[in-house]
Amino acid sequence: MDILYKVFIEPFVFMGEAPDLLIQTLWEGLVSGVLYALIALGFVLIFKASGVFNFAQGIMVVFSALTLVGLYEKGVPAFLALILAVLVMLVLAIVVERVVLRPLVNQPDIILFMATFGLTYFLIGFGELIFGGNPKEMITDALFLPQGTTELDMLGGMVRFQHLDIAAAVIASIMIALLAVFFSKTRVGRALRAVADSHKAALSVGISLNQIWVIVWFAAGIVALVAGIMWGARSGVSFSLQVIALKALPVLILGGFTSIPGAIIGGLIIGIGEKLGEFYWGPLVGGGVETWLAYVIALLFLLYRPQGLFGEKIIERI
Amino acid sequence: MLYREAGQFKTNYVADSAIFPLREDRIGIGLIILAAYALAFLGNSFLLQAVMIPFLVFSLASIGLNILTGYTGLLSLGTGAFMGVGAYACYKLMTAFPGVNVIVWIFVSGFFSAGIGALFGLPSLRIKGFYLAVATLAAQFFLQWCFIRIPWLVNYNVSGALDAPLRTLFGVPIMGPNATPQVRYLVVLTIVILLTWLASNLVHGRIGRMWIAIRDMDLAAELMGIRPLQTKLLAFAVSSYYCGVAGALLVFLWYGGAEYDVFNINQSFFILFMVIIGGLGSLIGSFFGAALIFILPIVLGIVLPAVMSPFGITVGSDVIEHLRFMIVGALIIFFLIVEPHGLARLWQIGKQKLLAWPFPY
Amino acid sequence: MRAPDHPVMTKGDVLLAVENVSLGFGGVKALTDVSFDIRKSEIRAIIGPNGAGKTSMLNCINGFYYPTDGRITFKGVRRPKMRPYEAARGGIARTFQNVALFKSMSTLDNIMAGRSIKMRSNFFWQLFRHGPAIKEEIEHRRFVEEIIDFLEIQHIRKTPVGRLPYGLQKRVELGRALAMEPELLLLDEPMAGMNLEEKEDMSRFIIEVNQQYGTTIALIEHDMGVVMDLSDRVVVLEYGRKIADGTPDEVKRDQRVIDAYLGVAH
Repeated sequence: MDILYKVFIEPFVFMGEAPDLLIQTLWEGLVSGVLYALIALGFVLIFKASGVFNFAQGIMVVFSALTLVGLYEKGVPAFLALILAVLVMLVLAIVVERVVLRPLVNQPDIILFMATFGLTYFLIGFGELIFGGNPKEMITDALFLPQGTTELDMLGGMVRFQHLDIAAAVIASIMIALLAVFFSKTRVGRALRAVADSHKAALSVGISLNQIWVIVWFAAGIVALVAGIMWGARSGVSFSLQVIALKALPVLILGGFTSIPGAIIGGLIIGIGEKLGEFYWGPLVGGGVETWLAYVIALLFLLYRPQGLFGEKIIERI
Repeated sequence: MLYREAGQFKTNYVADSAIFPLREDRIGIGLIILAAYALAFLGNSFLLQAVMIPFLVFSLASIGLNILTGYTGLLSLGTGAFMGVGAYACYKLMTAFPGVNVIVWIFVSGFFSAGIGALFGLPSLRIKGFYLAVATLAAQFFLQWCFIRIPWLVNYNVSGALDAPLRTLFGVPIMGPNATPQVRYLVVLTIVILLTWLASNLVHGRIGRMWIAIRDMDLAAELMGIRPLQTKLLAFAVSSYYCGVAGALLVFLWYGGAEYDVFNINQSFFILFMVIIGGLGSLIGSFFGAALIFILPIVLGIVLPAVMSPFGITVGSDVIEHLRFMIVGALIIFFLIVEPHGLARLWQIGKQKLLAWPFPY
Repeated sequence: MRAPDHPVMTKGDVLLAVENVSLGFGGVKALTDVSFDIRKSEIRAIIGPNGAGKTSMLNCINGFYYPTDGRITFKGVRRPKMRPYEAARGGIARTFQNVALFKSMSTLDNIMAGRSIKMRSNFFWQLFRHGPAIKEEIEHRRFVEEIIDFLEIQHIRKTPVGRLPYGLQKRVELGRALAMEPELLLLDEPMAGMNLEEKEDMSRFIIEVNQQYGTTIALIEHDMGVVMDLSDRVVVLEYGRKIADGTPDEVKRDQRVIDAYLGVAH
């Protein structure tokens, strides 16, 4: 019975006794949740427009940040490096469309999915070959990202808000809002959705698939760059960041592959869920549950609702 | 003229259903096995230790993943973790019961990963494709966490690492620091040949047909009376069994000791790449894929510095590692575009050409 | 696997009865209150314009969909909610509108795969491909070769089916369904996209299956000539409702059927 008490009662008692710690944990979960959502959005963009489940999105996050920092370290001024990093993502989008997507058009989804594994490993090798494999510091100062912390007196304790986290949450929210508007209000955005619904129909009304693919991969690249700057500023730039970026996968499972609100809510559930899990229940099993909790939440969720939070029920036909 | 179909008529279904219906193929396989055993006595320690043993171990793991991904069409990114389960189970078993021969424990340890594999395969009834891939990531990260956080698994060893104790077979050391590469190679070779033969029997019979049916058209397979859950779970279990045995061999007969990190997600991916490049749904392809992916960096490490040194460029081992990632990534994309059936398909085309030689067809 | 209490069926008994079956997906109604029966050893045709719910009907019969309303009785026993493989094991086989073969396997292996439910040898023997496993493999191979002879596809025995022309694929698919030795065989547009000669061959196979083995057949077909020649009784669906049921001659004269097919002035 002791174990039941520790699992079901004690953490909640603790939450009630120290509400400031709860707020702190929720805030940290919120920030990482927003960033997960941002990475997940990169997946959603590409999936919506090309039906490709881009496993390399996580690596694109690291690769773009590495390009930025690497250029800066080689003496390029910060803002020029930022522009160059954007250009690199554009080149990447064009190359991917030419070399990977175009020859594989009409192949089964799973083949395209595996091709993005190849892309992932190519980018890891390429990035490390050029910029070296050592972890780097994000150039927070040069990009005028705020630093320092604000401590607020709250509920009988102090809650710390890192300025960087606040900036990350705000910037990520703005990006997400912009993307949502882009998808629903602009001509290109509507074209993207047309492509997502049916490639053939899109072709027959004269939408160029190849251009659309370049646009979405470029957009996903920019999303990746923003996510990379923010994550990089919080935990350094190295390919171990990939493991964090992969957390966007369970986020997508919760939210569904095609839904922007789904990605946001999924991101928040995963972000907050794993922080709470780690802080309140992690010590019971020795800690470190953050590495897998997100996947297990997603897995359990899948068993209950395979189509995701916002997905439609799949009717199988034969 | 050595390789001909003509004149070999099948007069009964037993002969026609044989796995190698051609006499030449049977002779060829026999010769390859003979050569593999001869290598133990002809090859030097470096070749056996650094090339042949790992090649065989990875081939075995690739066969395992191929059963799941190639034959049954279920993508798994948890191979590394399933290999780990085999290794840790083997360690616990052989240290808890040192009286029983370690070969027995190597085979038994596979059952532990088979069980764990089937458990994580349960979601496969309801989810497919990349959803399932993400579900197997849960296995990868969760099991890896277990390897780190449960000190019981390594008998509360302070280093947290697995090490190979001394074990013998007929008085000859086959495991531990005193075991020669030659002996270990022979053990690994024998296990791999045995398990490959069993896998070949499975995939060529009723069970193999059911797996392929699920892969090719799962709904039609179910409408023909094939139980999807049992068939998929069996694939998960058999696949994980092979991965588990491969994991045990990897730690105890190749490395001689290892930490949890050898079972990380990169290991899962490299095994997957072996399967893709070798050929999805081909046992012989598993060997080709393992050879290409594993031997590539060794060749790179020898050739590249030699080529570059006249130009005054020194190539460090880190550069080789980066190049390896790049080349493997590019190869994956290349093969998916040009020859989705991998090296195995090229092998088959070569054999067909040889059958017709010297005529083009 | 089969329920033990099934009575022995003789020709003319009701093998399968569909009673007041409705099927809906969310707001869309695919079938509304459809009732008809299929008798032992007859050839029963289900016809109707595109989108009339014919394939949905077959999907209900073999358990791929579960009706939202109404019931289906097979061999006198009301069918519980079941998975499709249970229906298959109960003796219902089918072919598909868009060929659903295992395209990487050879013709032989496809039909052998159709015999999976008849094969019993356990995992252990399979592992060694020895004893009962190989004996069983050969036994079933013999049966499959009979099907191959019957369907006249000996020459493509070892060809991967993905490389076969459409007409032959349809034939292999029929073979795969026959391998299950079904009591009820559902054929979803077995002659779609075939030329005249292929249609004649296929009609011959269907009639022979029905007469030689006494297999009950339910088929969906658009070619009215074929339907009228082959079938003993015809049920007509339109917009998910039954509009006629009877012998080919009765159905042909039915005003509602004529309206459904030729259109009616509104």
